[in-house]
Amino acid sequence: MIALLTRDLRLAFRAGGGFGLGLAFFLILAVLVPLGVGPDRTTLALIAPGILWVGALLACLLSLDRIFALDYEDGSLDLLATAPVPLEGVVSIKALAHWITTGVPLVLVSPVLGLLLSLPVPAYGWLLLSLTLGTPALSVIGTFGAALTVGLKRGGLLLSLLVLPLYIPTLVFGAEVVSRGAQGLAVGTPLALLAGITAGAVALLPFASAHVIRINLR
Amino acid sequence: MSSLWEYANPLKFMRTTDWLLPIVAVAAVVITTVGLVWGFFFTPDDFRQGSTVKIVFIHVPSAMMAINAWVMMLVASLIWLIRRHHVSALAARAAAPVGAVMTVIGLITGAVWGQPMWGTWWAWDPRLTAFLILFLFYLGYIAMWAAIDDPDTGADLTAVLCLVGSVFAVLSRYAANFWNQGLHQGASLSVAPGTRMDWAYKAPLYTCMVGFGLIFLALVLAGTRTEIRARRMKALAARERMA
Repeated sequence: MIALLTRDLRLAFRAGGGFGLGLAFFLILAVLVPLGVGPDRTTLALIAPGILWVGALLACLLSLDRIFALDYEDGSLDLLATAPVPLEGVVSIKALAHWITTGVPLVLVSPVLGLLLSLPVPAYGWLLLSLTLGTPALSVIGTFGAALTVGLKRGGLLLSLLVLPLYIPTLVFGAEVVSRGAQGLAVGTPLALLAGITAGAVALLPFASAHVIRINLR
Repeated sequence: MSSLWEYANPLKFMRTTDWLLPIVAVAAVVITTVGLVWGFFFTPDDFRQGSTVKIVFIHVPSAMMAINAWVMMLVASLIWLIRRHHVSALAARAAAPVGAVMTVIGLITGAVWGQPMWGTWWAWDPRLTAFLILFLFYLGYIAMWAAIDDPDTGADLTAVLCLVGSVFAVLSRYAANFWNQGLHQGASLSVAPGTRMDWAYKAPLYTCMVGFGLIFLALVLAGTRTEIRARRMKALAARERMA
């Protein structure tokens, strides 16, 4: 499983892996919003938590179809499915690799983008914490979506239609943490709910994803 | 009539719905017409809301069926995953467009009522938001069915999607709840004592709810029969090609 993780990471980081595309998208979004809304600092500060979370969500979505598509095309997914490692484990590792290559960079650059959107100072810590807690759920849910559409010719659009509604609870709680933090309110409840969703998704969704992949490979 | 599972046999299902479907369809039209005419023309105006209150006779039944249709799809998906009865998967497929349309009817009638009453067509109220999200789930489910050629693969994938989607739909409902109570009033009907609605409204409303339920049943039965026939035609065409 560790070998699979390093292989996936290596494939993603090297040329043609599409690493950084999500980051660039995140950056462009954070630049476009002030251009569209206007540079007024109070307005920006008000919408910054939501924009940053929506941006992270969409940036995550960009790289989802790569999780299984290449392995499906060259046949390595068949090998992985018949390998002694349980497919549930393979799926979890794939989600982990996706999180390391897109989720973690998004978390790391988010304070800089918060600066661009004039996010209030007390919110930075909550932004980092909520994204750290929330992005694993985005990767795991996205892996489920990618598993559903793995055999399809034009899966990309369908993938976003399937995955985005599933992202709603994570988005609501994540953005709520940041905006409450920005106003200096208590954030315990949404933070706990966000962590709960992530924990539940990480624990249960790999089973659904593995089941779906078995169906698709049948 | 020994067991419900007999209807998992497409032949038995077709034979029963042959006579059942016309009855259900006629009953649906009659009861819905009676309920709507009763509700629209033979109930008094509300003393505050005037005649706008009468949209409740479409709004509440359609909203109820929008949720019930998803629950029915969930049960049918479970039956398909566990016992692999094809009729069940096809019924889930047939229910999705009906449920989506019911969701849209609920949203539109709500907007039409909300404009004069709340002064806005739309508000990001928990109930309204949850319904819009439910509509998105219906869209995804229908798109998933449409995208896959092999019917058994499609049935499997959409069944899993329906299960996972149900969990997230409920989560979204409570996530939206988290903002605030919102504009939408609480349940109009309730078994708890001290319900707020007078029988002059309740009776036609219940009639409409039964009518909408029958409409849903009729449409799902018709849709399932169409799916079964389409499968048979495909099988026949395949057999002809083999011969």
